[in-house]
Amino acid sequence: MTALVDLPAAEPAAQDPIRKKKAGGSLGKYLLIRFALIFPTILILVTMVFFLMRLTGDPITAALGGRLAPDQLAQRIHAAGYDRPIFIQYFEYLGQIATGNFGRTISDNLLISDMLATYGTATLELAVNSLVVALAIGIPFGMLSASKRDRYQDAILRVLAIAFYATPVFFAGLLLKLVFSIWLGWFPVAGRGGTSTEIAMASLAAPTGIYWLDSLRSGNMDAFWDVAQHSVLPAVALGLLTAGIFLRLVRTNIIGTLSKDYVEAGRSRGVSEYRLLTKHAFKPALIPIITVMGLQIALLLGGAVLTETTFEWKGLGFQLAHYLTARDFVAVQGIVALLAVIVAFTNFIVDVIAALIDPRVRY
Amino acid sequence: MENKKSLFSRLPIVSQLKKSVGLQRGMLIAGIVMTAIFLLTAALAPLISPYGATQRFDETQAPPSSVHIWGTTAGGYDVFSRTIWGAQTAFLVIVVAVALSIFIGVILGLLSGYLGGWLDRILVVVADAIYAFPTLLLAMVMSIAISQGRSNMWSGIFSAAISITVVFIPQYFRVIRAETIRLKAEPFVESAIVVGASSVRIMARHIYKNATRTLPLIFTLNASEAILTLAGLGFLGFGIEPSSAAEWGYDLNHAQSDATSGIWWTGVFPGAAIVLTVLGLTLLGESMNDLNDPRLRGRKRAGKKNARAKKKELVDV
Repeated sequence: MTALVDLPAAEPAAQDPIRKKKAGGSLGKYLLIRFALIFPTILILVTMVFFLMRLTGDPITAALGGRLAPDQLAQRIHAAGYDRPIFIQYFEYLGQIATGNFGRTISDNLLISDMLATYGTATLELAVNSLVVALAIGIPFGMLSASKRDRYQDAILRVLAIAFYATPVFFAGLLLKLVFSIWLGWFPVAGRGGTSTEIAMASLAAPTGIYWLDSLRSGNMDAFWDVAQHSVLPAVALGLLTAGIFLRLVRTNIIGTLSKDYVEAGRSRGVSEYRLLTKHAFKPALIPIITVMGLQIALLLGGAVLTETTFEWKGLGFQLAHYLTARDFVAVQGIVALLAVIVAFTNFIVDVIAALIDPRVRY
Repeated sequence: MENKKSLFSRLPIVSQLKKSVGLQRGMLIAGIVMTAIFLLTAALAPLISPYGATQRFDETQAPPSSVHIWGTTAGGYDVFSRTIWGAQTAFLVIVVAVALSIFIGVILGLLSGYLGGWLDRILVVVADAIYAFPTLLLAMVMSIAISQGRSNMWSGIFSAAISITVVFIPQYFRVIRAETIRLKAEPFVESAIVVGASSVRIMARHIYKNATRTLPLIFTLNASEAILTLAGLGFLGFGIEPSSAAEWGYDLNHAQSDATSGIWWTGVFPGAAIVLTVLGLTLLGESMNDLNDPRLRGRKRAGKKNARAKKKELVDV
């Protein structure tokens, strides 16, 4: 979402240089306040989802409604405590998640923490793969686009970047499948691995859940090759979407730093254009780039839901859609809570990095 | 007469078209053309499409032919008609979603920015929390809460639109709030307070008109996002039922399994429709955004020779 809207960032007032010596203290205070802000973010999202889900009824009727007799249903609801006032349930739920007890899924009776660990690692693997693709495309082409500003290379790259953004992941996935799996037969259509790989991964003693890591550790090179082949198309589909945004981001920021006086000074001293671009202009541009890239985690997670469904990649997004369809509210709340924690912490880390690099951020 | 002409040239798209040069003008024109095609398709869907959106045929998964120029789907729908009618569904959802989120976002932003205090703090924290969370995931949960996931045409359009609205309100809220806080310190607001105007009047007349100038830009950018979110919802099966209206995302969901058996026509056309519509709206919004920002606006070149060397000195107004 929000990817293309470059909202005008509030420009923090430059601090008085004399106060710089006290920066250590103010940094600590800033970090503390910023850290404290994580909790309301998580609380608001968990609360929203809790009440939204409960608008549609209690979890047991929703999940098992048609399959049980009314008296059995009422009994189950009573036993689980879902017939009590909603606010009592809400505070009980908050108390449970505060102690790390998320309960069990209703539809398949898994421990929520186990479910999150199993599918979370699959999503992590997909996210990392696609991030690699996005960075490998976004940064070099963004720099090229900036250095050739307003010429045809720039025009082509900018239109391509918008086209990548405009293509929904599932359509990109469909085209990739059509061309590379069906017509060319280079890559498998869906899944994280073939049947033998899935069996090999499931029988490992202490799996990390990240398939390429597991297959390397167990020395199973066939499985590793299989996993690598399965990873390509999903990573490219999700990576291209993000690459378009990275490209634009790098381009805008490098154009900004390239017009600075010190770059002009470097040019007059005879520093090569290549060096000006990669050293003088790129490094200062990195700060806003890292900040915005951190914020793209939300986009990546949203895209992961669609990518996982497209490629039957059994991760959190795939399961979220599945549990929502099955009306398994406990599972949905668990997944949303985990995602809220990830988003809140990423934003915190991004702000910390920004504050460490740029003292003006700490106001 | 002169007044009328200057008003015309001050209209959003026209004024930017005049400012633009070269590549930027090309991108802007491409955006205008593609968006116009989308709007025309949405308006004229009954005339263009040969069949109804929900009309079924006996031939399923038939390849493109003279009867069905883009083939038929596994459910027996005519792909061409579905794609054309899909533009209308998308248009309705965008209009409802963006209108609702502007309405609510502007009111909350004005109140929050002008009144300040605890209301402001709470709204900011809530808006930031929603803003940070993945759009699509929240929209999925919303659509389940609103419609239990399945719905007919109008209730489907409204539930999809409301799901999208909830995610977009924070964006309008943030922009309007920031503008309101800036404007609150302006002399004309202070003099209005001195004259004795009520808070409501100051917000509605003095601040509102000044704070909403940037909205057309966010509107175009959000419209493209709304289409992607709608398609995403439809793809995951949380959108509008296929038997009540044509929706591109839903059609693409069913096309996934077709693709694995080599049937390309069910997915490529609705997918291309999404890409072209979003591309058009984004090019339009982007170009307008760049042209409003003097730093990003392309510069007119002085002469054909030495154009690059002189570029820095010439900044057109």
